[in-house]
Amino acid sequence: MISLPAKWSEHYGDEAHERVGFFTDTSVCIGCKACEVACKEWNLVPEDGLEWTGESYDNTSALGSDTWRHVAFIEQRTPLRLDGDAAELAGDVDEAGLAESADALRWLMSSDVCKHCTHSACLDVCPTGSLFRTEFGTVVVQEDICNGCGYCVPACPFGVIDRRTVPDESRPAVFAGKEDGRVFKCTLCYDRLKGGHEPACAKACPTQSIQFGPLEELRERAAKRVEKLQDEGWNGAQLYGENPEDGVGGFGAFFLLLDRPEVYGLPPDPQVTTRDLPGMWRTAAIAAGALAAGIFAVVAGSRE
Amino acid sequence: MSKRDPVPMRPATPDSYYGRPIIKEPVWKPQIPFYFFTGGTAGASAVLSLAARAAGNERLAKTSLYVGLAGEVVSPVLLVTDLGRPERFLNMLRVFKVTSPMSVGSWILFVSGGATTTAAACEKLGVLPRLKLAAELVSAAVGPPLAVYTATLISDTAVPVWHDAREELPFIFAAGSAASAGAAATLLLPPREATAARRLAIAGVAVGEAMMGTMERRLGFVGEPYRQGEAGRFKRIATAATVAGASLLAVGGRRSRVAAVAGSALVLGGEAALRWSIFKAGFQSARDPKYTVRPQRERLERRAKPEV
Repeated sequence: MISLPAKWSEHYGDEAHERVGFFTDTSVCIGCKACEVACKEWNLVPEDGLEWTGESYDNTSALGSDTWRHVAFIEQRTPLRLDGDAAELAGDVDEAGLAESADALRWLMSSDVCKHCTHSACLDVCPTGSLFRTEFGTVVVQEDICNGCGYCVPACPFGVIDRRTVPDESRPAVFAGKEDGRVFKCTLCYDRLKGGHEPACAKACPTQSIQFGPLEELRERAAKRVEKLQDEGWNGAQLYGENPEDGVGGFGAFFLLLDRPEVYGLPPDPQVTTRDLPGMWRTAAIAAGALAAGIFAVVAGSRE
Repeated sequence: MSKRDPVPMRPATPDSYYGRPIIKEPVWKPQIPFYFFTGGTAGASAVLSLAARAAGNERLAKTSLYVGLAGEVVSPVLLVTDLGRPERFLNMLRVFKVTSPMSVGSWILFVSGGATTTAAACEKLGVLPRLKLAAELVSAAVGPPLAVYTATLISDTAVPVWHDAREELPFIFAAGSAASAGAAATLLLPPREATAARRLAIAGVAVGEAMMGTMERRLGFVGEPYRQGEAGRFKRIATAATVAGASLLAVGGRRSRVAAVAGSALVLGGEAALRWSIFKAGFQSARDPKYTVRPQRERLERRAKPEV
């Protein structure tokens, strides 16, 4: 492992803060999108397209440069509880005509966000040092440094970060997409944290689906919550990203999901790409050596 | 009612979120695969030039030095114009990070560009022979890393078809660079003086093709994008052009100038097409969530099984 994120706090000395993050408990999400709106308003995030996707209530589709919170909606013919809950749902469902059998319908909603990984690929590969780890243990882009190289975009195992292009119709077509050109993502409201406030999305969430706090505390709370749901027989209740032993060293923003991660558009077993980088550099060194040796051998062998 | 609501309801899917990609497609533009080609050609040409100098083939040494210079001049232009903020290109030299192949590569290109330009200027003006030698040594030393690091750069992403090919891509890029450096010199030299360059082109194509085969066999399902769509089309063009070009060089390149020119042009075009194919395969691989989900799901299942 090249980066040793456990040490980030040492660089900050007295300024280091305990690591904070989000626990997004999707079992209480009602899909109101207040988090999306609060994020946009606080962070002045531009409009991200006004389109009807036909994908349940979701019209923002994915995280990106202009969508830092994204609420996913999944309609399933699956019972909410393992023992079924037909009695509660029967009337409504028949009227809406959504399901033939009333005991098999649930509507999953989940507010996705940047995971602020412990081992963060975007930060590792950033060639300018624009992406950095803050004193709160979060990962933030310094927009005055980013030169829009785009390396972080395919490096992120979650597809969170993206380059912003704001079409400018006053310019000729070739340059029209170039107005911004930098990458953007969730900052976990770095400015609000500095002022001692919680991030805008957590503040706006009316059901406490988005919980903000010290990561250790959130992990304890999440463990209790998932145990409770499993005891109550909720179908598919599982934590995602809470394990510090996973491929990215645990998420700074982790989730309680009610189905497999891929159903929500999340990778089931994400890994930080730079985990394999020492081996990749070794392979590159061998290939470079072979190239030099090969060229010298061919030239030497061709002397007349 | 139906007039106001023309969007059909899309059903949820079990293995993805409405079939949407999980990782983002790269935002890189066509400049990048062409840089893989120009940077690779420049890096291998620097080595070829020094090797030829050592072997006493001054004509080949000079030609490859200038080929390298051309590559070094074009490469930074391609890279800077690809940036979202080209005016901030110097931020690339703001830090040095071994965790970022792009940072390492920026420094390699910076050193290599300076050395090759210096060597070529001394060569052209016929001055400062010692400085020229020193510059040539530096240029030849950073040439192979310049030709290879771009493979590490794309391997160091979450794109399955690149990351999983990390064992082979550096060799494919190295072999391709040797082939295009050899072909470029063959194109510019009379056949009698291009023996080494011609053989290098043929060997590069042979090794590159073999490595591509190895990679595709090892990748299996994840490697599908290399065979499909635009990537597959350009892969087939690349194979046809490089193999035809190398064969032409092998058969007629020694005697016929026409065969040498046609053969090396085919190799150069084929190598550029191969970079394009690898580049496009990455986009196709990122776009389809199954390439991200299925291997990860299988990994989880393997881990869940108790070890025997």
